[in-house]
Amino acid sequence: MNRQGRPSAPGTAGRAGAADTVLGHRGLDHEEALIFEQGQEGRTGVDLPPVPAVEGRLGALARKGPIGLPGLSEPQVVRHYVRLSRRNYAIDMGLYPLGSCTMKHNPRLNEKLARLPGFADLHPLAPPSTTAGAVELMATLAHWLKVLTGMPAVALSPKAGAHGELCGIMAIRAAHVAKGEGAVRTRILVPESAHGTNPATAAYCGFKVDPVPATADGRVDLAALKAKLGPDVAAIMLTNPNTCGLFERDIREIADAVHGVGGYFYCDGANFNAIVGRVRPGDLGVDAMHINLHKTFSTPHGGGGPGSGPVVLSAALAPFAPLPWVVETDSGFALVEDAAGQSFGRLTAFHGQMGMYVRALAYMFSHGADGLAQASSDAVLAANYIQARLADVMTAAFDGPCMHEALFDDRFLKDTGVTTLDFAKAMIDEGYHPMTMYFPLVVHGAMLIEPTESESRESLDEFIAVMRRLAEAARAGETERFAGAPHYAPRRRLDETAAARKPVLRWTPPAPAQAAE
Amino acid sequence: MRYLPLTGADRAGMLAAVGASSVDELFRDVPAAARLPGPVDLPRHLGEWEVEQAIGAMAEKNRHSGRLASFLGAGAYRHHIPAAVDHLIQRSEFLTSYTPYQPEIAQGTLQYLFEFQTQVALLTGMEVANASMYDGSTACGEAVEMARRITGRGRVVLSGNLHPHYAAVVKTLGALHETEIVQGAPAPAGEADLAPALDTETACVVVQYPDVFGHVRDWSALAGAAQAAGALLIVVVTEVVSLGALVPPGAMGADIVVGEGQGLGVGLQYGGPYLGLFAARQKYVRQMPGRLCGETVDAEGRRGFVLTLSTREQHIRREKATSNICTNSGLCSLAFSIHLSLLGEAGLTHLAALNHARAVQAAEALAAIPGVTLATDAFFNEFTLKLDRDAAAVVEALVERGVLAGVPGARLWPGDAALAGHLLVAVTETNTPAEIDAFAAALREVLA
Repeated sequence: MNRQGRPSAPGTAGRAGAADTVLGHRGLDHEEALIFEQGQEGRTGVDLPPVPAVEGRLGALARKGPIGLPGLSEPQVVRHYVRLSRRNYAIDMGLYPLGSCTMKHNPRLNEKLARLPGFADLHPLAPPSTTAGAVELMATLAHWLKVLTGMPAVALSPKAGAHGELCGIMAIRAAHVAKGEGAVRTRILVPESAHGTNPATAAYCGFKVDPVPATADGRVDLAALKAKLGPDVAAIMLTNPNTCGLFERDIREIADAVHGVGGYFYCDGANFNAIVGRVRPGDLGVDAMHINLHKTFSTPHGGGGPGSGPVVLSAALAPFAPLPWVVETDSGFALVEDAAGQSFGRLTAFHGQMGMYVRALAYMFSHGADGLAQASSDAVLAANYIQARLADVMTAAFDGPCMHEALFDDRFLKDTGVTTLDFAKAMIDEGYHPMTMYFPLVVHGAMLIEPTESESRESLDEFIAVMRRLAEAARAGETERFAGAPHYAPRRRLDETAAARKPVLRWTPPAPAQAAE
Repeated sequence: MRYLPLTGADRAGMLAAVGASSVDELFRDVPAAARLPGPVDLPRHLGEWEVEQAIGAMAEKNRHSGRLASFLGAGAYRHHIPAAVDHLIQRSEFLTSYTPYQPEIAQGTLQYLFEFQTQVALLTGMEVANASMYDGSTACGEAVEMARRITGRGRVVLSGNLHPHYAAVVKTLGALHETEIVQGAPAPAGEADLAPALDTETACVVVQYPDVFGHVRDWSALAGAAQAAGALLIVVVTEVVSLGALVPPGAMGADIVVGEGQGLGVGLQYGGPYLGLFAARQKYVRQMPGRLCGETVDAEGRRGFVLTLSTREQHIRREKATSNICTNSGLCSLAFSIHLSLLGEAGLTHLAALNHARAVQAAEALAAIPGVTLATDAFFNEFTLKLDRDAAAVVEALVERGVLAGVPGARLWPGDAALAGHLLVAVTETNTPAEIDAFAAALREVLA
């Protein structure tokens, strides 16, 4: 194996007191060189038929130099990725309490169905006569989303939650333009507790972002909101349940107030899993809301994506939805890819995240109307259980019931010398992925915990016991378990400052002189 | 309810610990009028076998590429995916992990993203690449926005032979900023020089390589003209396998290269999820959208990887972010990376050569049919045929003969009568010589 580049140095790898190993491995935890530091020229992991002798048509554009890719056999490649996989925490390994992100069980049934050749091997531009089942599936998913949200229309194509926000705000923008108010509706109200994507989306669409403060009990300050209303307000972007894990009690008043000045109500639906089957956003006065299929309906996060972010729309916004959409016909369903009218255009090539639609619909069918309501109930119960059982050793940020996530702040760490970050890293040593830290920004040293409905009571109790023990250890001055944490992860704390100061974003071959050393 | 672990006894005990009499009490902040009194009007839950039957029945209604000989391309390509790819991406630790915000326990994801960035940079011939975008079309839209930020200019020139969906995405985003978008008509037989369209207000010129009709052409001269005008050259690649055979866009002087990575590892999936590739010159790295993974060291001096330069991103910068992109296509980039690792240098160049050779054979066989003209001279694995009648009707007639013949012009440019007789045909390694013969025979029969 070619170990050029910058392999980890054997002999420095062991943690304090551990024996050094020859290659830096620690038992089953293997150090793994980059794929570019392995392999041999000419080796390959695929067998392909011979290339027929033809006169090429590339002319002067035929590639001349090598690309620089390494050559490995199939077993080498399999081993590389299996070893890498073992350096990741995942929902299938244990509780993943990230708040605001919803780590759900990912049923393998959904994976199996998404891989049926009828969906997986279907070309997006195949003749309509060959794709009836795919369009039917899209129509069925759209129906479920409309019924669950109480909204009349849905745009399926957005590729992720933030892309859905873009879709919703563009529909709102198009509606104002259609009314001749495009030039005057320049401001979007965004509560301070909003996901960062909300202000980013509003600004990206050319709007001025006007923050709305929160009250002491973690909700939108209704009086401050009303004071900001005016004829230049295009919309409010609100997350509900909000990022403090709380339901906005004044939601109807907020909707009415914004509607009263001619603005629209965009709801960030990232937390829809707290209320699905029990509350319909359409009944709250929402005009547009994206639904993170990957959060609420369980499509896997895959290390950061793909996601899928369909947007439900009120009757007022429906005409402005992006292409394509599905319509019912005499003989079934049809995909409309081109239409005159008020659509604001196309957000992406083809029809959106079909593979995610299949997974989400399988999850919906598996739960049904009854199961989805039970799932949100259990998610809310689990979060409140954690909040209640930790209230005496950690500090809940707000009083009263939370929705699907429990928010703590760092008051319980005061004068201990332990920070929220230290606390989170110590959780890694206990075998847990940390909760969300330092978000929402409205709470100091925030720790946002979302257990979801898929944890058993035993699993919740075990997590609670660990959190209690860590909180007690911090209070007892056991600082060494925090300051140096994690001790037992594949890596100790990583130098993020160095990474940003002098970015190394790709592997480069070592210089010949170095290689000779 | 197989996914819900709590029993009635669990729920009762947990409610007691919370001090609530019922779950409804926990929903007391919801306005009473908005609380649903009972289940919504949707079916009750189904068992696993029932779900398989219901979804499987829909899958059965599709006549997919495995059941018919498929020559469909135009931005989505059918390549064989080695079994190891799907097996590895289904490992739980990849499939069910989240964005690597805790790098100490996400080194698996971070290392493959670093390797992916390197692979994309090598393929495109560019200095840096990001950790993936939603798909090629949205990456194209973001590249144009990036060029506007870099140049401070508001005029964009699009090739008429840019995939129309990609052009539509650029126009959708451009409408937000009153961007002036200049685009010529699609030209199946080849496009005129775009350099005369550039001026001192132009932020960028966007070309496709190979273009939507399959043509490959050298953009070096246009790169020079763009540079002279102070504009950026953005090159779009929708068939990534082509880069195994072609001079890379970076070698022609591209400033930004975006692409669709679906062709390696990802599969057709009726259009998504796909994989956006995004590469650029090093000097523009702080203007790039999306995630970046960087190398660093841990507290013991060992090499490790982290997400970096996140001050460009929405979760830190909020309304000052370079884009509102949050998610990337992590799992798709993993599939791409594994497929490319399996191929290696030798495998990718072989695969590309095989695609090209089969396409040349098919083009020759089809162009020999009366009523058919080949409209593309230099191409990789996709070319355009000009038929003597409506191509969409021919495609439907060929479905009945077991062939998905290609994408008719009317599908991509509805209402454009000048393109209705054109058929975009893609040929990959999955099209056997026998399939090509059968396609030619069927087309000959339909056109006779």
